[in-house]
Amino acid sequence: MTPLQIIFILVAAMTLGAGLMVVTARNLVHSALWLILALFGVAIVYVLLQAGFLAVVQVVIYIGAIAILMIFAIMLTRNIATESGPRFSENWSWALVIALVLFGTLAWMLSGWEGIAAQAPAISPRFDTVRELGLALVSPDGFVLAFEVASVLLLAALIGALVIAWDRR
Amino acid sequence: MFDPINAIAQWLAKLLAGWGLSSGLVNLILTLLGVVVVASFVLIVDIFLVWVERKVVARFQDRLGPNRLGPFGLIQPLADIIKLLIKEDITPVGADKVVYNLAPILALATVLMLWAVIPFAPTMLGADLNVGVLYIVAVGAVGTLGIIMAGWASNNKYALLGAMRTVALTIAYEVPMVISLLVPVILARSMSIHQIVNMQTIWYIVAAPLAAAIFLISAIAELGRAPFDLAEAESEIVAGFHIEYTGMKFGLFYAGELLHALTMGALFASLFMGGWRGPFVEQAPILGVLYLFLKAMFIYWVIMWVKYSLPRVRIDHMLNFNWKFLTPLALAVVMLTALADKALVEFGVSAGSLSYSLSMLAVNLLIGWITLSLLRSYARIERRRVAAPRPAASPEYSGVAKS
Repeated sequence: MTPLQIIFILVAAMTLGAGLMVVTARNLVHSALWLILALFGVAIVYVLLQAGFLAVVQVVIYIGAIAILMIFAIMLTRNIATESGPRFSENWSWALVIALVLFGTLAWMLSGWEGIAAQAPAISPRFDTVRELGLALVSPDGFVLAFEVASVLLLAALIGALVIAWDRR
Repeated sequence: MFDPINAIAQWLAKLLAGWGLSSGLVNLILTLLGVVVVASFVLIVDIFLVWVERKVVARFQDRLGPNRLGPFGLIQPLADIIKLLIKEDITPVGADKVVYNLAPILALATVLMLWAVIPFAPTMLGADLNVGVLYIVAVGAVGTLGIIMAGWASNNKYALLGAMRTVALTIAYEVPMVISLLVPVILARSMSIHQIVNMQTIWYIVAAPLAAAIFLISAIAELGRAPFDLAEAESEIVAGFHIEYTGMKFGLFYAGELLHALTMGALFASLFMGGWRGPFVEQAPILGVLYLFLKAMFIYWVIMWVKYSLPRVRIDHMLNFNWKFLTPLALAVVMLTALADKALVEFGVSAGSLSYSLSMLAVNLLIGWITLSLLRSYARIERRRVAAPRPAASPEYSGVAKS
């Protein structure tokens, strides 16, 4: 086993364990903290895939914004963090079945794909991944349409938030 | 060429390879050693910072500061550390033990992580990330998490209030900070901090003074220092998020805060003031460390100057200042910088040349002038509104209809 594989297995185990703790922790704030660990694990996986930009964006957006806002909302809601109801809903067996089927289907589909065993081509250190990503996002042969649609969607959400928060006086 | 650190590294590499270790293992050992050296060096500087902070605040407040232990009170921080170490370590009843103990570690560790991307000298840098600028933002976000954890796990309502204020503050001020960080990225055409320093034959504070000012203000807000020290406002919520911490755990928060201020100074120096650049750096790269720390200390002094001169801002004023002034200004600056850059390169002015920097300065001065005149007219309207007679007893104000 190469060192990279050992690191990957450790990180994957950490991410999965943290993910399990998210749904089983009794305390909501603990769940949110475990979620942060799981998201951080995903960021490390991105680093292992040599996608540094995605890794950093994952930390900025998921941990820096979403998870922190979640904790903020939990702290603002009185007593929700200490509530001790049943941990699982009654449908947990169905959820387990669906999760297993989804995992099995994905594993089966990926095992049939010829790219699964292929070695990633080595990237030369002079190749600037961030520059290539930026060019691909705005070039007409690249993803400019998807990029613009996402931008318009975000702008619409921003204006929607403004309208909701607007103080009519 | 005098470059002791790299010479030592090469000597060590040769020594370890001579012992029959594989090259991968040698690299791993050298990397680990580098991490230990940078982290310990920064932490030792941190001890010295305690003295600097106390001495400078004393001067600002017309006092002498620590002056009994050692020359100029230099041994005082060591006495402080011994005091912190022998204090009783209290964990409050009902506190969440794991999270409570994890929070101070996270608060200091995230500050240390920032030093990984700061280039000390042309040949001395931890990691040359091609997303270095974004990395700073990401690590800052994790730092916020430490404060939230401390506030929540303490089982104290003042601590919780402090944590909530911190979230409101950092999430808000992250926006102008990220936008203002884009300006050096546009000027250097790279997000790597090493590359940004390399490109600064003319300091970016000349080409982008407004972005530098916005970065400094939002950095002070992220530090949670006065005038943005709402998270630990003594007169309102006692000590805020670290109210329950004693002994060395409090010490970690304190050390983290001081080091964070110096780190922000080093980042400001690297992004806008040429980092390690200075005379004779090409001949002796070790001088770069000196220049970087001189510049970082200067910015640190500016941050202290602001801290001890300005009163605390009220939370609504602070948020208004951010969302209605700083963020739009930052957006205008980044858009006009990008436009001006395209136009200048189109007209054959190469990026980084003197005429390029001066044109950028002119653009910045124009934006600054427009901002000031907008502020002036807004202030005039506001003054008129406040000065207008408002008889409290008149029917349309008191809500009582005329009979």
